[in-house]
Amino acid sequence: MISTLFLRVMERNLMAYRRMWLIFLTGFAEPVFYLLSIGIGVGALVGSVEVPGHGLVPYETFVAPGLLAAAAMTGSVFDTTFNFFFKYKYSKSFDAMLATPLRTTDVAFGEMGWALSRGTFYAAVFLVMMVVLGLVASPWAVLAVPAAMLIGFAFAGAGMAATTWMRSFVDFDFVGIVLVPLFLFSATFFPLSRYPDTVQWVVRFTPLYQGVHLVRSLTLGDLQWSLVFNVAYLAAMGLVGVRVASRRLTVLLQP
Amino acid sequence: MAGPGALAVVQHQLFVTRRFWRSSVFLFILTPVLYLGAMGFGLGGLIDEEQGTVEGLSYLQFVAPGLLVAAAMQGAGSDSLWPIMAGMKWIRVFHAMVATPVGPADVFTGTVGWGVLRATAGSAVFLGVAAAFGAVPSLYGVFAIAAAGLCAAAFAAPLTAFSATQETDQRFPVIMRLGILPLFLISGTFFPVSQLPGVIQPLTWLSPLWHAVVLSRGATTGSLGLASAVVHTAVLIGCAAAGWFWGMRTFTRRLYP
Repeated sequence: MISTLFLRVMERNLMAYRRMWLIFLTGFAEPVFYLLSIGIGVGALVGSVEVPGHGLVPYETFVAPGLLAAAAMTGSVFDTTFNFFFKYKYSKSFDAMLATPLRTTDVAFGEMGWALSRGTFYAAVFLVMMVVLGLVASPWAVLAVPAAMLIGFAFAGAGMAATTWMRSFVDFDFVGIVLVPLFLFSATFFPLSRYPDTVQWVVRFTPLYQGVHLVRSLTLGDLQWSLVFNVAYLAAMGLVGVRVASRRLTVLLQP
Repeated sequence: MAGPGALAVVQHQLFVTRRFWRSSVFLFILTPVLYLGAMGFGLGGLIDEEQGTVEGLSYLQFVAPGLLVAAAMQGAGSDSLWPIMAGMKWIRVFHAMVATPVGPADVFTGTVGWGVLRATAGSAVFLGVAAAFGAVPSLYGVFAIAAAGLCAAAFAAPLTAFSATQETDQRFPVIMRLGILPLFLISGTFFPVSQLPGVIQPLTWLSPLWHAVVLSRGATTGSLGLASAVVHTAVLIGCAAAGWFWGMRTFTRRLYP
């Protein structure tokens, strides 16, 4: 049922961003600043971290993949919540799109495709930086870029679906309320072993943890079966999200 | 000059906040508490095992006063950009205000004043939570609330003044990403400035947040000397005052064209 019309939506966003190139370029500043300050500044205080099944890892090497995964989440959530809502409610871009042969599915996939392309670009740049700084331990790390895409897909789906229920910008507080704890507590900055056992099991089933574990295992070169679970979890989350979002958009925009 | 109209603007904000209080609680209280949990306990556990102490403090005690003022800065940052654009252009509530006896100087002073009040109140709650976790070793810690208020003023006044000169919000994310975020990370919040490369260290003197962090950490540990307190306070007041004079001009120019 998917036509290639969603590419037109991506093309539209690309054109729109020609006038916002500074916003586009500064998009990857955030993880880079975190890496340079937390990774290197705090890294000197922490020393090394024990990664199960791998041994001791310098803190910078430990935290960098976590930041990559977290940045993939934040980037795609912002694109599919704030920006998406603005287009839906204020600039009415979606109404304009639907006045053409585009259908709501094209809009949903197009917006998601755009969020993913942007995220992929940022992830690739960040990975190159990790290589330059010597924070990559294995050639499997190249798969961190598709992994970041998958994280982006999962959160874009969830973000877009959630946005269709938002009534005003006030409701976006909830985005922060979900995002900040995920960012801080998904084994991004410190290993799972710092938590009590029961909490560890809870964290193991949270969405960003899947991404952090996946990317970290790849950059360290620890291939293991549990990665299949991470991938399946993220894929399912994205698919359900985009399905719900395109249905809801049909209800909202084509009543 | 600002007059009693500024109080009317604060009152307006108070009424608005009755509907939007959730954002304030999240921004000024919940976020720093979550950071305190993750950094102070999660990361702090690792650091304490490795280092013992950071500048003679447990990492929790080291990071808490930094997070306190950093939250004030971030709150001031997000309060002073988009909401000002909304007041000037999107919903034009500032124009509605100056159609009454309230003048542009009142609008500016009241808006910044409200932001500072909110940050101060939020930091008082955060300080209470941090103290309950044992992150505040000295009773002088209450003065850290003043450091947070000053920090909010030092950022809110110039940023609000700047926002009044803008026609679109295009530069705002750039300010948050290339201004506020790097300051948050390198101003001695998460690690001592001495960890930074030698060339960058003097740059931190230019960061108002660094001055606020020194004041705040000096207060929570009770180790701040008088001379140092005076200097850092003066820098923050200087930033706030410069922003205030600038804002009086930009608000007047924009609202009474």
